[in-house]
Amino acid sequence: MTAQLPALQIAIPLLGAFITPLIGWHRPRLAGLWALAVLAGAAALAVALLMQVTAHGPISYHLGNWAPPWGIAYAVDHLTVLMLLLITGIGLMAFLQARPAVAVSMPGREPYFYTLFLLQVTGLSGIVITGDMFNLFVFLEISSLSGYALIALGEDGAPLATFNYIIIGTVGACFYLLGVGYLYIVTGSLNMADLANLLPALYHSKVVLVAFAFFTVGVAIKMGLFPLHTWMPDAYTTAPAPASALIAPLMTKVAAYVMIRIMFTVFRPEFDIGVIPVATILGWMAVIAILVGGIKALAQTDLKRMLTYIMVAEVGYIVMGISVMNRPGLTGAILHIMNDACMVACLFLVIGALAHKGIPRTISELGSLNRKMPFTMAAFVVAALSMCGLPPACGFFSKWYLVQGTVAAGQWVFAGTLLVSSLINAVLFFRVIEKAYLAPGGGHGHDDQQHDDGHGTANVVRDEAPAAMLAPILIMAALILVLGPFSGTIIDAVISHAVPAAF
Amino acid sequence: MTDTVISTRPLLAVLVSFAAGMLILATGDRRPNLREGWTIAAALIKFGLVVSMIPTVLAGKVITCRLLTLLPGVELVFRVDAFGLLFGVIAATLWIPTSFYSIGYVRTLNEHAQSRYFFAFALCLSSAVGVAFAGNLLTLLICYEVLTIATWPLVIHHEDGAAIMGGRKYLVYTLTAGTGLLLATVVTYSLAGTLDFTPGGFLAGHAPDGLLMLLFVLFIAGFGVKAGIMPFHEWLPTAMVAPTPVSALLHAVAVVKAGVFGCVRVLLFVFGPNLLRELGIWQAMAGVAAFTVVAAGLLALGQDHLKRRLAFSTINNLALILLGVTLLSENAIRGGILHIANHAFMKITLFFCAGAIYAKTHKDHVSQLDGLGRQMPFTFAAFTIAAMGLSGIPPVNGFISKWFLCLGAVQAGELLFLFVILTSAMLDVAFFFPIIFNGFFREPRPDVAPRIDEAPLIMVIPLCATAAFSVLFGIMPDAVLHFFSITTHAVQQVLGG
Repeated sequence: MTAQLPALQIAIPLLGAFITPLIGWHRPRLAGLWALAVLAGAAALAVALLMQVTAHGPISYHLGNWAPPWGIAYAVDHLTVLMLLLITGIGLMAFLQARPAVAVSMPGREPYFYTLFLLQVTGLSGIVITGDMFNLFVFLEISSLSGYALIALGEDGAPLATFNYIIIGTVGACFYLLGVGYLYIVTGSLNMADLANLLPALYHSKVVLVAFAFFTVGVAIKMGLFPLHTWMPDAYTTAPAPASALIAPLMTKVAAYVMIRIMFTVFRPEFDIGVIPVATILGWMAVIAILVGGIKALAQTDLKRMLTYIMVAEVGYIVMGISVMNRPGLTGAILHIMNDACMVACLFLVIGALAHKGIPRTISELGSLNRKMPFTMAAFVVAALSMCGLPPACGFFSKWYLVQGTVAAGQWVFAGTLLVSSLINAVLFFRVIEKAYLAPGGGHGHDDQQHDDGHGTANVVRDEAPAAMLAPILIMAALILVLGPFSGTIIDAVISHAVPAAF
Repeated sequence: MTDTVISTRPLLAVLVSFAAGMLILATGDRRPNLREGWTIAAALIKFGLVVSMIPTVLAGKVITCRLLTLLPGVELVFRVDAFGLLFGVIAATLWIPTSFYSIGYVRTLNEHAQSRYFFAFALCLSSAVGVAFAGNLLTLLICYEVLTIATWPLVIHHEDGAAIMGGRKYLVYTLTAGTGLLLATVVTYSLAGTLDFTPGGFLAGHAPDGLLMLLFVLFIAGFGVKAGIMPFHEWLPTAMVAPTPVSALLHAVAVVKAGVFGCVRVLLFVFGPNLLRELGIWQAMAGVAAFTVVAAGLLALGQDHLKRRLAFSTINNLALILLGVTLLSENAIRGGILHIANHAFMKITLFFCAGAIYAKTHKDHVSQLDGLGRQMPFTFAAFTIAAMGLSGIPPVNGFISKWFLCLGAVQAGELLFLFVILTSAMLDVAFFFPIIFNGFFREPRPDVAPRIDEAPLIMVIPLCATAAFSVLFGIMPDAVLHFFSITTHAVQQVLGG
């Protein structure tokens, strides 16, 4: 049984997705519980895989017992289990919040939403688990198509944003597919491990170079790396809150995972540095992404839209960590994939709770929110401080490694960019915190006219989101605080194995 | 090598106020007496824990509590040496009077958001003691940043325009500084592979001089912001919009001293006296500190707002501490470190007095205090004692530390800086004594009560107590809390005696 875990990791959510509408036709309520059980099962499998990999090392699973390179192999290593945990864990949290939310926002259509949700989780899990380049494309399409559908369910403007996303996203996927095709032409293989052995002899082949270029651009589109990010703010802002809490934290991170896979597993670091200067190019693109993302975020009045621009900057962080090509840098990038996924998930879950309570997302209208929703806002503050890179939240530690990586590479401009960006984030988030926590209008110092506890708060009643929506928010906030101090342990046990030995 | 004792006491001392903070939030505004009970209980337990470490440290041992590995070779570790203990004892001790005083203050003025206030206060104390006991730069940085954030709700407490602007200014200064510190710490780690504080420093020989100087500037600018070194001092007078107990404990003791503490850690435990002498950079640093001493003294003269005047006096004294430590002679370092403790007791008394006056009469300008000494004799007597101490007049404890600072300047052969220290004492007289004169000798204003009418006892007793301790430590510097012995230990460790 334990030998089949990698297959089950995909099979369970995939089959679960198809069964969901069948159940939904008869018992709509039951469909939600079914999907929840499926996601919980997937998360449990991810934990089991984590234990297996940390105890016995990477697993290579041959689907249908066809030996690679002919059959499809699932390669489960340390980086994979980390990503699986993130995908299933955040998926579960987002789903906990999604159930009450879609019951209100799309009554009668819940089972279809759940199906798409599970397909999205399947697609993302498949991307990270597979060891086959073409199979990865298939899962990329599963996640993209379900993602388009989920986003299109959103508010006014969502269909247009989705159309935009489909056009750009499809170009990205096609580029990726072209890259796979080119590699297949010169090597006759689709298996990543096999390619890694075959490619070094062909590093100077024009075909390989073009394939690599296609990969990079295609993946950069999917991860929203500046200047290919233009689809992202619209799509994620207009997406329904329960969908954006799933897609926003994970899609960009999974794409970053693909970039790491291609650059460090399929190709070797020597190629990325020596054959074409892709590392340098990515590094400077990251600088621009971080600065432009931050500046654009400053200009936003809509909280959710502001977060999407911050995500543009955060993608820049990860790419910068990859681009410096050393151990602390890549450690920081992988750590930031994990940390940023948790932070973004927490923030989008908060947005979900606000949306559920019908609170406008305009930052200037968030006054007194801390009295109305104290727990939600406390979680928001935790995630916000983490985004600013303040200890002991986890954001501090990934920032530490990223800065260390840039310093080790002698890239002082990169280091400066990271530091400036965390200050920009501080401005962004304290603007929101100030608004939400400080009394509107001000002047509530020590006024003797009012009664003991009635300092302008009399008209604000506590009105928290229901427990089912609040619980995932608080869990993510607690996770943000816990992951920070334990990052040393996590790096030791998992991430250090994911960094190439050459570093 | 010093003996190491493994103990969880440092961790407990840090966590006790954090736990109290959580309990305070859980209790909320509904049961204020229970909520304040948590504060008092935590303050007493913290004091007991910290004081219980004094004998061990005086026996030449170091108390260590290792928690987690954060980076290869760097742990989250609390390590109590003499210098750290000194700061820890000061913060823990003064939290007790401040707690009582705070209760009196917020209730007299009927302040809003009291739970948030006491919660943030407890969190500040947690992180301040964390700063004191941090065993390496990363642990220090973590606690330092938590302190930065925990102080913000206290600065913006009044939630009016001035408070929000003060809060923004505070964040801009301190978060930028924190960013600089992060970079400096990362570079240090990249160069040396370790961040553990070592008496006498660990950076020597790890990098070319130019890079070391750059690093030094980054560190000192980073910690110097909280320490109010010019030109990074501007946030401190602005932050005086905070309620007075906040100004008293945080902007005279915990927060600003954390900045000074960080500077001293960097000077003596990261760079080390020998490296500083080699680089010759201590002279520049001493110059900046001396300039701050004099300039802050002069600026204080012009402040009519009492708390702003006290804030400039704080800047002046913090720079004096740094000046002493940068002079690098044995007596100067001793005077500087001792002044961390002595200044704390005196300055907190002064702020307590300012708060008591404000709570009783809503007066906060020096020019409004005419004759108020007759109405509030205890408050003004305490104020006079503390002001005398800061001016270096015996038998108050300020005299002792200034004496050693002067000796140190002579020992270092820097007569110019001796002149600066003496000038500063004269400036202290110039800006403190008009207040005392107004209070006792001017004709009372019509609104001054003809008989003794003090602030509530819960405020007056703490300020009398801190004033009394200032005098006690002036006569017997080693009484009760052993500040003098602890300082001597710290100096010996650094200078390798």
